This record gives sequence, C-alpha cells and structure tokens, in this order.
Amino acid sequence: MKFTFFHLMPYRPLDMVERHKHRGAWVVLPNTLYDPKKGADEYQSYIDQLVYAEELGFDIIGVNEHHQTAYGLMPAPNLIASALIARTKKAKIAILGRALPLVSNPVYIAEEFAMLDNLSRGRLITGFVRGIGNEYHASGINPFFSHERYQEAHDLIVAAWTRPGPFSFEGTHYNLRYVNLWPRPYQQPHPPIWIPSMGSSETIKWAAAPERRYPFLVTFSGRELVARYLNMYREQAKQYGYEASGDQLGWAVPLYVADTDERARAEAKAGIESLFNDFLAVPWEMLLPPGYMSLTSMKNTMKMRKALGTRARMTMEELVDNGTAVVGSPKTVRGQIERLRDATGANNLITMLQFGVLSDELTRRNMEMFAAEVMPHLR
Amino acid sequence: MAVQDLRHKTRDTDVRLRRDGRGDPLVFLHGAGGWPAWGPFFAKLAGKHGVLIPEHPGFGRSDHPAWLRNVPDVAMYYLDFLEALDGPNVHLIGHSLGGWIAAEIAVRNTTRIRSLTLIAPAGVRVKGLTCGDNFIWSREESARNLVYDQSFAEQELARVPSDEEADIELTNRFMATKLGWEPRWFNPALEPWLHRIGVPTLVLWGRDDKLFPSAYAKAWAARISDVRVDIIPECGHRPQIEKADVTADKILAFIGGQR
Repeated sequence: MKFTFFHLMPYRPLDMVERHKHRGAWVVLPNTLYDPKKGADEYQSYIDQLVYAEELGFDIIGVNEHHQTAYGLMPAPNLIASALIARTKKAKIAILGRALPLVSNPVYIAEEFAMLDNLSRGRLITGFVRGIGNEYHASGINPFFSHERYQEAHDLIVAAWTRPGPFSFEGTHYNLRYVNLWPRPYQQPHPPIWIPSMGSSETIKWAAAPERRYPFLVTFSGRELVARYLNMYREQAKQYGYEASGDQLGWAVPLYVADTDERARAEAKAGIESLFNDFLAVPWEMLLPPGYMSLTSMKNTMKMRKALGTRARMTMEELVDNGTAVVGSPKTVRGQIERLRDATGANNLITMLQFGVLSDELTRRNMEMFAAEVMPHLR
Repeated sequence: MAVQDLRHKTRDTDVRLRRDGRGDPLVFLHGAGGWPAWGPFFAKLAGKHGVLIPEHPGFGRSDHPAWLRNVPDVAMYYLDFLEALDGPNVHLIGHSLGGWIAAEIAVRNTTRIRSLTLIAPAGVRVKGLTCGDNFIWSREESARNLVYDQSFAEQELARVPSDEEADIELTNRFMATKLGWEPRWFNPALEPWLHRIGVPTLVLWGRDDKLFPSAYAKAWAARISDVRVDIIPECGHRPQIEKADVTADKILAFIGGQR
C-alpha cells in the first residue's frame, strides 16, 4: 500500500460556543473569531507535521482547498504545497484537490500546477474536485452549472498541459483565444490527476473511463459505502474492458492509533467529534445547493435524509463502529485497513492523522505509532 | 367557467397553463416558488378578466428546453408565447422572478402588452440595500421570512407535501438557482433599459418584504416613465397571498384606469 499523510488544517482555537451560534463553521461564521497570532501558530505546526510525515516514511503528503471556513485554513493550497516542496526531498506532494468550477479561468490552475510540478521536479499529484456545496455560497458561482464547469475546466487544463500552444479553447463557460502554458508540466504527459469524491455514480463512471483511469478516493463515508463505491469503480472498469489496479483506488479516513483500543478511543474522542460536529456539520441548504448534484441524486439524498430524521451530535463510538473513522490499537487499525483492502483491492490509504481539535502532541504520537506499527505491515 | 389546467405549446416548448375567467386577457408570471395554486387573488381577477397562468419552462412539469440558460432566454420564450396567443393584447403581471421576466419582456417588445404590473420584482439591484438570502434559508426561515403575518408561515410549515409536490418543489429550487444564483437575482443589463417599457406600469411591494426590500420600488420608479408605485403595509414578499383582496383590487383599479 501507499500512504498519504493528508491535512485539512482546521482552526483549532475556535470558540465552539460562538461557533454554534451560527449555521456552521463555514461562510457565515464571523472571521472576527479568527486570531491571526494563533492562526500563524497553526500554520507553522501543520506545515511541520507535513514535513515530519516525509521523515516518518509516508509516500505522499497532501493538502486541499476550502474557502471561508474554520474547517480548513487553505483557500490557496498551492501556497502550502510550495512551502512543502522547499522543505522536502522525496515525498510526493498531493493537492486533493483544487475546486475547478470556482475559478473564472482554469488556465490559472493549469499554470500553478505546472509551476509546482517544475519546482518539485515531478513530485506533484493533482486532485480535481468540484468543492463542497458550501463553496458555492462562498464563491457565488452558480451550483447549477457546477458539473458543466468542472468538465469543461478539466478538458481545458488537460489540453493546456498536453497540447502544443498556443491554441484556442472554445467552450460554453470558458472561451480563450490563447492557451499557451509557460511553464509546461515537468511530468509527461502531465501530473497524475486524482479524483476525491463522496462517491456519485456519475463521477465514478467518468473517472474510470479508459482514456482517464483517474485514481478515485472515497472520503468521509462509512466502511460499507467505501467498499461499495470502490467496487463500483472496479465494476465500471470491467465494463470498460479493463481491470482497475489498486493504485486507482483510495480511501481517505480520519485515523488514530495508540497502544490500546481504550487509550486510542479516549485520546481521539474530542478530535473526531469536533471534526464532524463542529467543523464539518452544516445545514443541507449550505452543503447541497440546488444543482450541485443531479436532480435524481438529490432526490435520493433527500429520501435518505427523511429516513434518517434530524441528526443529533454524532459520537466517536458511532463513527468508529460504522468505519467512518478508524481508531484503536495497531492490531485493530491494521485489521480494519486490511479488511477494506481485501474487500476492494485499494492500494492507496489517505490518512488524516490530525483531525478537529487534536493537539500537536497527540498528532505526532499518532503519526509515529502509525508509521512504526501499522505502515510497515501493510507495505 | 371553472379553472382549467391545460398544456400549451409554443414552438418547441410545452408548458402547463392554468386559466379561468372571461374578459380582457391577463397573464400572470409566477415567482421562483413555482406555479401558484388557484386562490382568492386569481378568483377576484378572473371575475373581470381571462386569467392565464403559464408555468415557466424548466419549472414543475413544464418542459426544460436545452436553450434555457438564463432569464433573458425565458423572456424571449414569452415573446413567442404572447405573439402566438389568440385574442387581444394582454395585461402582464409578474411576481418576484416573474416580475423580472415581465420586465425583460417589456424592455424588448410591448406590442402585445397593454399594461405591466410588477409585484416585488427581482431583476434590478440597488447597491447598499441588502436582500435576504433565500438560498441559505432553511424551510422554516423561508416560510417565516416571506410573509409578515406569521399565520401564513404556520400554515405553510404544517403542510406535508406529497411525493409529487416535493418533487416539483425540488425541480423549482433547481430552476430558481439556475436563473437567480449569480448575479444574485438581477441582470446588470436590465436596469439601463427600463426606460424602454412604454406601457403604463404599476409597481406593488409589501412594505415588510424581507427578501427584496420595498425601498427597491424607488429604483424601478426612477427608470420607468409611466409608473405608479404602491406600497402595501403589513405585508411581506407575497402580497397576492397575504393581501389577496387588496392586491387584486389595486391591480383591477390600475387596469381599469387604462381602458
């Protein structure tokens, strides 16, 4: 297996009492709750953790993009990637990902990724996403056109990376007389493109297509759903007439390991529960603006939501039991990863070893124990 | 005559059409909430007029043609619709999104239009006058914020939609997003041309509108030459529901004065 140390960079000093006076830690949470001095400390700690991950033997270190939120302090993940390139040697740098539909000119994304690929001499892994629904409230971009813009931006970026320039791009949302990338990407034909997803069937079908074969990562889902989506991808590949490799399949999961199950659960509890209940949770009007998913997918989601009823605060026990988070002794954690690997063939594990309010000290202990007691057994 | 629900095709697009009444035709363009139920407001208008209520393309069970991308497209569709309509020219009424569509139609061509009534129309933005964010509001906030008299909100919240109704509501939310998300509920290319509305115009607004503040009425009045503005007190964003009688009376008096 290949191991990614992935970071969201949450703003841990958040006043949670104030936070819950608002709809979410997103978009409408007043930024007066952000203290720049504490924020600067957060950046420093988190970048140090990412650099340390290389030292511990992780194959990939990863960051991502979110806007106007305490959930993640990386509206511009490429800036962090640039800092990581300067401080690391071997690890691949993954940006999982950039939200393509949110920009007015996707060539800028192609350019920045090409720069990072050159700066790192080919250590870049890119991720193409649409952004969480909240992002459409934050950016003003019309979610109804999210899918269209994503497809078109993807086509434009890949063309910019691979076609000799200058050329013209004629689209619906993007129309450019000149596309001519300086610099071109370092990796040929272009840096890897990964697709992190909540698992829509449309995305799976598209990512698995023979001309793309983009690695597909399932995020924030229980173990049954993760297995179902990854196997859907494998099945889809078969229908396309090829066998998906394990490198095309990935699982992103908050994970905590300590010497015993009891200790792991006790230490992870506050972090896991704050991640899901304080940082991530928003009302569905924010999470799923109309058009963000297709009408059919939305109808199914609404039905599921109706069946679930109003959700109370999620507990760590519940999240661990359904496999949305993996928490336990090295043996427990290894067992759970092995089970999912055996059930799906997935070869990429994207670990979130810092989550929610989890402290630096516990994060580092978690990273060290994972690297020493889990990683070598799964290589 | 009883209320009739028909399907009505103009060129490639088939929409639902609700009609009742006799007399000079009156076309009502609905808001983002969708095709309105028949109620006291329409009953009163239908006492004197032939009332036509089309369901916009893309909404509810009307066709969603591929060419439909924005409000000006809807307006062009209605120019075709009005041109193909038999009988005399129409009094055009639009509420909210429908008011925006009506204004886009009228700046293009008023050949088939006798008068224009805009009820709390979207379509124009006044800098510094902040609108409500109906896309972030929960179902309860929407119900409460759209009316002044909270008993209407209680009624709305007590209603349990059937599967069919829930489906239509979701379709309508998708269309509202497609047409109104960005720029939020306005077209920068509309306001500069409002002077082209060459027919008598009535602008009606609920004084306590929390979606589009009633102070917006001034911006419309400033740009349209033959215009009357009427602000209805103790009334939110849907005067035709909350103040059905008063609103219908004002419209009938306005239209009557145009004969």
